[in-house]
Amino acid sequence: MDATAVRTGTEGKTWGGDSHPLKASYGKMMMWFFILSDALTFSAFLAAYGFSRFKYMDEWPIADEVFTHFPFLHGVDAPMYYVALMTFILIFSSVTMVLAVDAGHRMKKSSVIWYMFFTIIGGIIFVGSQAWEWANFISGEYGAVETKAGRILQFVNAEGEQVALESFAVDLPTERVMLTKSDALWYESDATLPDFYLEEIVEGFKANPDLLIRTELLNESNEKTILSRAESLERLERDAIGVVQGANLIHNEYGPPLFADFFFFITGFHGFHVLSGVIINIIIFINVILGTYERRGNYEMVEKVGLYWHFVDLVWVFVFTFFYLV
Amino acid sequence: MAHDTGHNESATKRIWSVFGILSIVTIAEVILGIIRPEFLIETMFLRMRLLNWIFIILTLYKAYLITWAFMHMEHEAKGLRRAVVWTGIFLVCYLIFILLTEGDYIFGVYHNEYQSWDF
Repeated sequence: MDATAVRTGTEGKTWGGDSHPLKASYGKMMMWFFILSDALTFSAFLAAYGFSRFKYMDEWPIADEVFTHFPFLHGVDAPMYYVALMTFILIFSSVTMVLAVDAGHRMKKSSVIWYMFFTIIGGIIFVGSQAWEWANFISGEYGAVETKAGRILQFVNAEGEQVALESFAVDLPTERVMLTKSDALWYESDATLPDFYLEEIVEGFKANPDLLIRTELLNESNEKTILSRAESLERLERDAIGVVQGANLIHNEYGPPLFADFFFFITGFHGFHVLSGVIINIIIFINVILGTYERRGNYEMVEKVGLYWHFVDLVWVFVFTFFYLV
Repeated sequence: MAHDTGHNESATKRIWSVFGILSIVTIAEVILGIIRPEFLIETMFLRMRLLNWIFIILTLYKAYLITWAFMHMEHEAKGLRRAVVWTGIFLVCYLIFILLTEGDYIFGVYHNEYQSWDF
């Protein structure tokens, strides 16, 4: 070996190679740079969300009115409590992760196993909670009417509380049925029909004199504008073209469809990170149980997967602020 | 990195104290988000509600704690820390600046009715 080695005369100098200016292993350093690039991806999503929000500054939905559910408390208006609980679960799983890393430094295998186990459980609970949030958001709560321009008109009673469509819609006879692929042509079918037709909503609205329409526009004190009865009737007759229940990528009963798009995209991308984090955690967890790192003499793999897990938590802190608080 | 046996106790203690701070900050955010105090909503600072400034500053504080304490950024070499943190902060600030400026401009276009948006 000595005979073939090239001698440059710079051995021992800073540029002579074999120095470690960042004092981190290759894997850990690359995990940091991966996290940096991933952070920029999430920043781009959140900044794009900010762009759309600034564009629709005076009509963006109020998060407190959108995310109001809590498990087992049906019909109770509980803004943000559940998402706060989710945040806690994620922060706590971050704590157990860092405790696992700490136990790894001390080569305590059984502690690492337990802490990683709790981390994985926390991650699974969080992903499940996110799925539940999605389900509530998709199925919607009150329903609304969409106008020609794609604006949303919601219904409120005299006290200004939102009213569900089914509480006032009248039942009109109709012969319209949903076209399915098995009916006529195999490549033609209807989108799922809403529970009510526009005419049923309009008639029901006329029959209930204390109902009013709430537009998306925010007033001075950051509340949605409520139209007078005369304005409401005029607006409904002139502009309404369809009924919206719940939210998908095209229609959204809570406000601009972009709100739903960003919600699905950003929380979905984050949820995907949590899911992959849980899977990577499980792989490392199995390795810890098998004693791989005990034999290797260090638990740096736990530290690397820990970095990723904390990053997922870090992103959630921002998503929580910009989607639910601000 | 610098975890020798003498540091164990203090390392664990730091983890729990950071968890305590993160919890308190989150609870404070949620309480503020539910009460939404009148004067914080009405007071504007640099074209943004004071309440939103509070939320953003608390969020950045939480992010700092998570990165420094949980991800052990405080124990990394200065070079690695700067390569990751400064790069990220610079690019994110730039991105936010251009996108929000553009969004605000488009809001103006709609608002001043150069473009009909509600017909």
